[in-house]
Amino acid sequence: MNLHEYQGKSLLKSFGVPVPEGIIADTPDGAVDAAHVIQNTTGAKMWVIKAQIHAGGRGKGGGVKIARSLQEVKELSGKILGMQLVTPQTGPQGKKVRRVLIVEDIYYPGETQTKEFYISILMNRQTSRNMLVYSTEGGMDIEEVASKTPHMIFSEEINPCIGLAQFQCRKIAFNLGLSGAAYKEMTNILPALYRAYIESDASLIEINPLVKTSDDKIFACDAKVVLDNNALFRQPNLAMLRDFFEEDPIEIEAGSYGLNYVKLDGNVGCMVNGAGLAMATMDIIKLSGGEPANFLDVGGSANAKRVEQAFNIILKDPNVKAILVNIFGGIVRCDRVAEGIVEAYKNIGNIEIPIIVRLQGTNAEIGKEIIDSSGLKVFSAITLEDAAKLVTQILK
Amino acid sequence: MSILINKDSRVLVQGFTGTEATFHSSLMIDYGTNIVGGITPGKGGKTHLDRPVFNTVEKAVKETDADVSIIFVPHAYAADAILEAADAEIKLIVCITEGIPVGDMINVKEYLKYKQSRLIGPNCPGIITPGECKVGIMPESIHTPGRIGLISRSGTLAYEAIDQLTKSGLGQSSGLGIGGDQILGTTIKDAVKLFNDDPDTDGIVIIGEIGGGMEADAAEWIKNNCLKPVVSFIAGATAPKGRTMGHAGAIIGGKADTAEAKKKILRDNGVIVVDSPAKIGATMAEILKINSKTKNNNIIQKITKAVNKSGKDS
Repeated sequence: MNLHEYQGKSLLKSFGVPVPEGIIADTPDGAVDAAHVIQNTTGAKMWVIKAQIHAGGRGKGGGVKIARSLQEVKELSGKILGMQLVTPQTGPQGKKVRRVLIVEDIYYPGETQTKEFYISILMNRQTSRNMLVYSTEGGMDIEEVASKTPHMIFSEEINPCIGLAQFQCRKIAFNLGLSGAAYKEMTNILPALYRAYIESDASLIEINPLVKTSDDKIFACDAKVVLDNNALFRQPNLAMLRDFFEEDPIEIEAGSYGLNYVKLDGNVGCMVNGAGLAMATMDIIKLSGGEPANFLDVGGSANAKRVEQAFNIILKDPNVKAILVNIFGGIVRCDRVAEGIVEAYKNIGNIEIPIIVRLQGTNAEIGKEIIDSSGLKVFSAITLEDAAKLVTQILK
Repeated sequence: MSILINKDSRVLVQGFTGTEATFHSSLMIDYGTNIVGGITPGKGGKTHLDRPVFNTVEKAVKETDADVSIIFVPHAYAADAILEAADAEIKLIVCITEGIPVGDMINVKEYLKYKQSRLIGPNCPGIITPGECKVGIMPESIHTPGRIGLISRSGTLAYEAIDQLTKSGLGQSSGLGIGGDQILGTTIKDAVKLFNDDPDTDGIVIIGEIGGGMEADAAEWIKNNCLKPVVSFIAGATAPKGRTMGHAGAIIGGKADTAEAKKKILRDNGVIVVDSPAKIGATMAEILKINSKTKNNNIIQKITKAVNKSGKDS
């Protein structure tokens, strides 16, 4: 589960990671009020207005602007609020901006140079341990830094028994070129950041940039926080931060039925039991000349009710020209699944597009017979090979 | 012969009296698995499915001399169940449970470094040695004893491949579902090593998928060490970047963990990769046929590989 920047920052702040003063607003007037409050508490004369959507690269799409007066705060937030923000991560349709975060500008001039760093914590699948990744090249696309200047990226592996050790924090602070008050501050912030990661069951915390100001303070100027969905059961306060507006409405509905559904852009829908077989079915659709319209795992039971819900979900997508149902009946026998499919089909009434049902496993032949004798507009197959051929035929 | 389990395996069930555990335990018993007891804290001293129930794994091991445990404990407590089994020195722990928090598995993985136990899973269908022993939830009817070792990150896709192997007349020495999570006890490479060492396995099938670097790790090992033909299918060629495809571990992070990249590295290292999941069984049958016809060449190949290997080690 993704958090918005403002949610991530307040999480970090609660663990002792300093963030610039910021207030969320959903109207231009609210933005001005927020800027006022920030001015009164920090003395800031400039503000940054940041669109709050679940995607990176917001600045590139015009979703982050600097305002030099309260009038500009009003104008700029008016432009950003409600816009369909397109960034490299949103796809061409973009995402609607419903809220902006107004923050104090901390890039003020001073005795030392302002610096931007990159820091993230995530699990390293190679070692099954968490690692802290950091770079002096903050404020840029980290994938670009990694490909152009890989020697500028450092990492520290974290032993789960010990946590992020003090010597590691010192090393990181020195490698970032810090000294004096900023160095000391950094060695305090890093353990706080690790605690925030562990105690909130995050799978990613990324701060880009982490800024050292001209007066040697350190602030997390952005926060990308991704939480482990499997751990949300023990993080009730964080689970409440889920923003349904950021998700596909059909995916939300599918989730409420316990169906694992991911919307794609193709023309052949599919319904499969098991995630691996579902991916393989998408691949088969492509090899047969179609494009998968979705990923959908109906789970182990595949009974009439779930099949009906799954059909309804797939049929919501107007691009779908055919549906391939691929069920490997193991413990659940194919004849039972076939009965479920016929029942679901009849309950829905008229399905206009062709449906291919491939049942394999225990009692596959009986299952095929049930489908064939149902009188419905359903094509049946037993082997994957035959199912693939049917897809090709129908798309012609 | 087979890997990890056989007719002599003495199996415990953790979370024994739960609905799913009860259902699958009866199926395992029917298959011939020697289930010697189970664990449900608080129900020790009772019997379930005519087997004794214990409060702790430690006590169960003492009383039954079990060497294998299968875990059906809910996701919030499953990591702890793995720790308990490892502490009781269970040799093989099979964790079926899906949805264990990653943070918990990081700790489990660290703990297991200092133990002799092997973990399979979590989020897996388990392991089967056809005709002898099943420690898992896979449908037994599709299996048949044979000489192909199967390794899979996915459940139903493994059944698909198993079914094809059975229908191609090859059968399986053992079938191993390693699981769909990001952190797994036994990796593809670990499993390939086991099958490579098993004298009753002639060929190996790997069902991989998008996400992570496990297939690449295995590929390099296979090139330098594996003496048996390996056929592989990688699911998710059509999966979008950055989305979790059902399995927690099936998510494309960068260029290296796409299906395309994995297929390439496997092919570059001598693995036969099929693009269609419908062709797994037939391809393996074909390869074994060619190998048996050109037996001499094959021996030369094997010796060359063995020489390469010894050269590398010294």
